Amino acid sequence: MAGQTILSVKDLHVGFDTLDGTVEAVKGISLHVDAGETVAIVGESGSGKSQTMMAAMRLLASNGRASGHVDYRGQNLLELDRSGMDGIRGSKITMIFQEPMTSLDPLYTIGNQLIEPIRRHRKLSHADARKEALRLLELVKIPEPERRLKSYPYEMSGGQRQRVMIAMALANDPDILIADEPTTALDVTVQAQILTLLAELQQTLGMAIVFITHDLGIVRRLADRVYVMRQGEIVEEGATDVLFTAPRHEYTRMLLEAEPTGRKAAPSQSAPVLLEGRNVEVTFKIGGGFLQGQPLLLRAVNHISLALKKGQTIGVVGESGSGKSTLGRALLRLLPSEGVIRFDGRDIAPLDREAMRPLRRELQLVFQDPFGSLSPRMTIGQVITEGLLVHEPSLSYAERDARAVEALREVGLDPAMRNRYAHEFSGGQRQRIAIARAIILKPKIVVLDEPTSALDRSVQKQIVDLLRDLQAAHDLSYLFISHDLAVVRAMADYIVVMKQGRIVEEGPTETIFERPRETYTQELMAAALDQTRFRRSA
Amino acid sequence: MPIYVFRRLLTAIPTLFVIVTLAFFLIRVAPGGPFNQERGLSPEIKANLEAQFGLDDPIWLQYVHYLNNLLHGNFGPSYNLPDFTVGELFANGLPISIQLGAAALTLALLVGGTLGIVAALNQNKAGDYAVIATATAGSTIPSFVIAPVIQLLFGLTWNLLPIGGWNDGALLNKIGPVLTLSLPQIAIVARLMRGSMIEALRAHHIRTARALGLSRWSVVVKHALRGAVLPIISYAGPAAAALLTGSVIVETIFSIPGVGRYFVDAALNRDYTLVMGTVVVIAVFTIVFNLVVDILYAVVDPRVRYD
Repeated sequence: MAGQTILSVKDLHVGFDTLDGTVEAVKGISLHVDAGETVAIVGESGSGKSQTMMAAMRLLASNGRASGHVDYRGQNLLELDRSGMDGIRGSKITMIFQEPMTSLDPLYTIGNQLIEPIRRHRKLSHADARKEALRLLELVKIPEPERRLKSYPYEMSGGQRQRVMIAMALANDPDILIADEPTTALDVTVQAQILTLLAELQQTLGMAIVFITHDLGIVRRLADRVYVMRQGEIVEEGATDVLFTAPRHEYTRMLLEAEPTGRKAAPSQSAPVLLEGRNVEVTFKIGGGFLQGQPLLLRAVNHISLALKKGQTIGVVGESGSGKSTLGRALLRLLPSEGVIRFDGRDIAPLDREAMRPLRRELQLVFQDPFGSLSPRMTIGQVITEGLLVHEPSLSYAERDARAVEALREVGLDPAMRNRYAHEFSGGQRQRIAIARAIILKPKIVVLDEPTSALDRSVQKQIVDLLRDLQAAHDLSYLFISHDLAVVRAMADYIVVMKQGRIVEEGPTETIFERPRETYTQELMAAALDQTRFRRSA
Repeated sequence: MPIYVFRRLLTAIPTLFVIVTLAFFLIRVAPGGPFNQERGLSPEIKANLEAQFGLDDPIWLQYVHYLNNLLHGNFGPSYNLPDFTVGELFANGLPISIQLGAAALTLALLVGGTLGIVAALNQNKAGDYAVIATATAGSTIPSFVIAPVIQLLFGLTWNLLPIGGWNDGALLNKIGPVLTLSLPQIAIVARLMRGSMIEALRAHHIRTARALGLSRWSVVVKHALRGAVLPIISYAGPAAAALLTGSVIVETIFSIPGVGRYFVDAALNRDYTLVMGTVVVIAVFTIVFNLVVDILYAVVDPRVRYD
C-alpha cells in the first residue's frame, strides 16, 4: 500500500520565544510519510510530537519559530507564502484535533462549517457544496445527515463532533490526514468507533494518516510505521511489528511497559463497613425561576447503594455523564442528595455544613485536573497545610511545616520544594501534591476522581503505585472513580459499573473483567481491553 | 423569544417601582427643600408655594400622589423652572441628548472596534502598542479637559468649529460635543475589543479554520469576530443608556440644551419632581438597553436560548 514519499521533514527545529529565552521544542528531527501509509508519532506530553506537525502545517503559536525543511511533493512548506499555504491546508494536507468539544465554531451550523472549506478549495455552487457536505456526513456515518446540517456543535455529542471534524478534513480528498490525539478526549466505546471509521476511510479514500498519540494501543492497531519522540528528538523509529516485539531504545521499552500492573486483594470479610450509601439519589434542577415555569429535573444518580469497607478500594467505572463523579461527591455530602449515607455507623445525610466540618478530615477528595485544583497563588507548603488550620488549629507554624515535610516525603516529593508554586511542577508532581494535601489530615476515606486521567501512562503507573503504598501504610479506603479500565483493574478489588445514573453491574474486580454479565459492561471491556491486549503481547 | 421579551418587560415594572420609591424618599432625606433659597423667602410666601405644590401634605400622601400622577404619564411641574413641566423639559432636551449620544456611541463602536481588532492582529507589535498607548491616554484624560482643548484648538485657534451652542442642531455644532463624548468610549471599546479578540483568535476552532486553509478574512471576521463582540455588546448596553441620557460636563461646557444637566442641577436645587423625572428616564433607558443586550446575545450566539 505504501508508495512514494510525499511528505519529508528534514532537520526540523521548532523553538518558542518566552520571557526566559527560547525554548526548543523540536531539536532537528527528520521523518517522512509515504503515500497511503499510516505513520504514528508517539511520545509523552512535552515530547514535541504535536509541535512537529503544527510546524509542518504552519500553525505554530505566534511566538513559535520553525526552521529546516518540510517538503511536500517538492515544495518546502516552511517557505511558502500565506496564500500558497492556504491552498495546501484543508485541501492536500488536513488535520483533526484532540478537542472535539472546542474544535468546531460554536456559532455556526455544521452545514455552514462543512460547506465553507469545500467552496474555498473547489469551484462549486452553494447547492453542489451542500450536496457534497451531505455526502461527507453520510461517509462519516452521522445519523440523519440532512437534519444535522442545520445543527449547531453544542447539539451534538463528542463522538459526533469528531466525526464532523473528520468530514471537514476529508472534504477535499486530501493526500495526508494528520490526526492529533483524535480520540483521547472520547469515551472508550466511542474511541473504538472513531478509530474503526478512520481505518475504513483510509481503505476507501487512500490518504496517508499521521497519528500523533500517546496511546500505544492505537499505534499497535493502526500504524504501519512508528516514530518514538522524547524531549524534541526521535529516539527510535521502525515498522510497528518490529518496534513492539523488539524495542531497541530504553525509552520505548519503558513506554511499552508503562501499563499499571498488579492487583489488589479484597479486604478480609470481617473488615467493618466505613461508608455506606443506601438509595442515594441526586437530582439537578435545570431552569425554573421567576415567571419561567416548571424546571427540568435531571436525575444524575438514581437509587444507588454501596458499602465501602475499611481497606477496600471500590472502582466506579462508566463513561462521561454516567454520574460517577456526582455519586462520589454526594457520598462526601458535597452535593445535596436523597437517601441514607452512613459514615462509621452514623447517618451523616441530615448533618448541616457546620456539623459536617469535623468529619471532613476523615473524608478527603483528590480531583482529576492537577492544573486547576491547586491554588496558583499559594506555595505548595501552604496548599497542603491549609486543612490543618481548620482541623488542628492548635498546631504551631513549625509543627505544620514538619507535617508538610512528612507528607511530601510520603508522596515522593522533595520537601525542599514546599516553598514553590504549583505552576513550577509537572502534572504528575501536582497530582502528588494533591494527594499529599489529602493524606496530611490522616483521613479514613479518600475519593479519587479520575486522579490519573490527565497524566501520561508512565506517570500514571507511578501514581497508582503511590496510591497503593499509601493505602497499605495507612489502611485507607478508596472510592476510585475512573473511565480507564486498565488503571481500575490495578487499583480496585471491587467494581461498580455505572450508566445513566444507575449501577448496571457490580462485583469483585476479576469477576467483572473475566465474566462480565451485562452487554454494556462487555462493550466497555471489549473497547478497552482491545488496546490493552495489544500492549501486553509486546 | 417574544414571550421572553414580554416577561422581561413585566419584570421591569417592579424594578422601576423599587427605584422610584427609593429615589423619592432618598431625595427628601436630604436637608432643605425646593424653596429654601439663599435670600430666603418670607415664611408666608414659602408656605403658600408649598401648599400650591402639595409639599405641606404628609410625605406618604405626597408619595401616593406622585405615583398616581406617574401612572398617568404626568411627571409634575418643575419647582425651579416654573414655566415648564418636567415632561416638557424632557420632550425638549432628550432628543438633543439622544442625537449626540447616539452619534458618540456609533463612533465609539466603529472606531474603537476597528482599533481593537487591528491591535489584536498585531499583538505585541508596533501597531498594538500604538493603539494601547492611545487608548490608555484616551481613557485617562477627563472630558472636562478634552472639551476646552477642542474649543481652544478647533474653535479659537483654527476657527473651524463654533465654540458652543446648539444652533438648532447644525452639524458643525455637534462635532465638538460628539468628539468629547466619544473619545473616552473609543478608548474603552478598543481595549475591550483587543482583549476579547486576542482570546477569540486563540480558540481551538480558529486553529481548525486555519488548518482548513480558510481565508484570513473568514478566519478573522466570520469565525473570530462574531464570538469576540459579545463582551462589547455587554459593555455597549449600559454605556448606551449613559450616553443617550446626556452628560452634564459636555452639555455645560458646550452650552447644549440637553437633559444631562438636569440631574445635577435638580439635585442641588432640591427640584424633587425633576430629580424623579431624571431617575425614571435613566432607569427606563438602562432597563431597555439591558434587554437589548440580552436579545443581541441570543442573535449572535445560538447557544443562548430564552424560553
